[in-house]
Amino acid sequence: MKKLYLLEDAIISPMGFSTQENIKAIQEERSGLSLQHKPKITNAAFYAAIIDESQLNSAFASIGEIKGYTKLEKMMLLAVQQILAKNPGLDLTTTTLIITTTKGNINLLKDPGIFPESRIKLSELAKTIGQFFGFTQDAIIISNACISGGLGLAVAKRLGNTEEIKNAIVLGGDLVSDFVVSGFNSFQALSSKPCKPFSKDRDGISLGEAAAAMLVSTEKPKTSENIALIGDATVNDANHISGPSRTGEGLYQSIQKALKEASISASDIDFLSAHGTATIYNDEMESQAFHRSALQDTPLHSLKAYYGHSLGASALIESIVTKHAMLKNELYGSKNFGELGVSWPLNVVKEYRKKEIKYALKTASGFGGCNLALVFKKE
Amino acid sequence: MQQDFYIKDWVKIKSGKVFNSKNEIFSSSEKDLNTFLKSMYDFLELKYPKFHKMDNLSKLGILGTEILFRGKEISADTALIFSNNASSLDIDKKFHESISGFASPALFVYTLPNIVLGEISIKFKLQSENAFFVSESFDAELLKNYSESLLTSGKAPEVLCGWLDLENEEYDVFLCLVSQEINIPFSEENLKKIYFAENEKPTGRT
Amino acid sequence: MKNLQAELKESIIEQLNLEDMEPGDIKNDEALFGDGLGLDSIDALELIVLLEKDYGIKLTDPAQSREIFKSVNSMAEFIEANRTK
Repeated sequence: MKKLYLLEDAIISPMGFSTQENIKAIQEERSGLSLQHKPKITNAAFYAAIIDESQLNSAFASIGEIKGYTKLEKMMLLAVQQILAKNPGLDLTTTTLIITTTKGNINLLKDPGIFPESRIKLSELAKTIGQFFGFTQDAIIISNACISGGLGLAVAKRLGNTEEIKNAIVLGGDLVSDFVVSGFNSFQALSSKPCKPFSKDRDGISLGEAAAAMLVSTEKPKTSENIALIGDATVNDANHISGPSRTGEGLYQSIQKALKEASISASDIDFLSAHGTATIYNDEMESQAFHRSALQDTPLHSLKAYYGHSLGASALIESIVTKHAMLKNELYGSKNFGELGVSWPLNVVKEYRKKEIKYALKTASGFGGCNLALVFKKE
Repeated sequence: MQQDFYIKDWVKIKSGKVFNSKNEIFSSSEKDLNTFLKSMYDFLELKYPKFHKMDNLSKLGILGTEILFRGKEISADTALIFSNNASSLDIDKKFHESISGFASPALFVYTLPNIVLGEISIKFKLQSENAFFVSESFDAELLKNYSESLLTSGKAPEVLCGWLDLENEEYDVFLCLVSQEINIPFSEENLKKIYFAENEKPTGRT
Repeated sequence: MKNLQAELKESIIEQLNLEDMEPGDIKNDEALFGDGLGLDSIDALELIVLLEKDYGIKLTDPAQSREIFKSVNSMAEFIEANRTK
């Protein structure tokens, strides 16, 4: 099976409007989470990572009319714009756009503003983005809960294998809206503090909004060092639609299948980018799946205490950060980690340090019982 | 090596009628979607109390899959590759209405289109590859290419793929089971032919 | 109290879509979760909403709900002691 090479990327988040700014913030352990007072979303103050709209507008004004696009569209357009600006020769007639999101423009359900009712449709979101830049093929849209962004990379690789895709831009984005805040509140899943993945005193998630884009190709680039996706799998738990499996079965199986495709073993993995949402049950489930996979000693982190949980964008952002960690040979601290609070021991990275990384594993899990594992290699 | 794949069987649920590759299975003039789904559940003599807790998109997926899988041996590795236009908009609107009073967790949990894949996995004990795509209209090319990539790479021995759409009580379901067993060739053309065929004339085996 | 238990059984069936059940099928001391009625974690969250909506009781500690939702009897006792409407 063909490999998928990870090329240019961009992250638009409260921590910055470029990958470079985002990586710098993570190196310095600066979080995008802050206490939000947003009565339009919910009455009580809550911790979340939210992009400042005026900052977004001033960044967007240089590429488009700020009134013509929704907040999410502006975030996503900025991400793609950065990729195209650095790759002026990219042929958009042969580049596939793969859009990953859970809820898209869901905030329009409450207040469509000047936009037509149909703008809430994901296919309209895709059209808006495709037409802005002049992509000629219809975008592929994936909405598969919290593994969406990472699944986008797997889909690019899989379609690349049958030569349907050579170059693709995988684009992910989701918002912090009244819709998701009310939903996670009804699940009693929101943390009262900035979230604390894998810690003893964790009490739920913090939400976050972000967009990210990554140019990928089945052709090996000429640069000396490259990161490639060499193994990928999703496996459903077949256990419960919202509660993580108590045995971590789906995640365990995903990891086994991805490692098998990559023809490496767990001991070859130098770094593990976990999902780590900081709910009691998710982190517990992950610890069991990692233990069953013999990954208990592998350095791992969760980025949720930086970005909050950015839902459909999270696994793409975390893959981008993993790529840069591999190229720089750096491990980033799992912010807000205190005392280990899962039943199975894990090697959580407490602070920034250098480490040679040849192979890395990215995992994610989501509602509907879905699980994803991606194996990356530096070559 | 070029491998060939075939549509083992298919099911369509649209405008009160239910077909598979051989015949009409069920029809009803019932206009109310909830009642229609319940009557199909009764007709299939399902005993699955969880069904009544599901949103209508999941109910449609469970009923369609039940019809397709019944009497067949299904591998636990059978991949689920679904697509639609409206994502989970039907239940999104219902959940959004609940926010102004008491946000309902039982509605919120269904506000993702892939939840139906989880429900199918639980009911039919599948621990397999899942993907939910959204497109403006039925995209035979994507379904065929993605299914084939999973089948040829060995990520799944069989695939259940298709279209499962619901908006404003209008439903449109077309699911097909794809395997190596020789039957209707699994091609973009055949997918389109079956999907676009009128319900009155089910496409026979070719 | 007797009325409250009957009322609860009806709302549980209605709220949790227990389609094939009648109030008479639920015993007052029967376990609602696990081997009894077989309710799950989403049902528990819906019951928390029910307490707030119908009886004005806001539960914030998820651990507390495990005791309260043991049976119709335990729910009724808790509601009697804490209801604000």
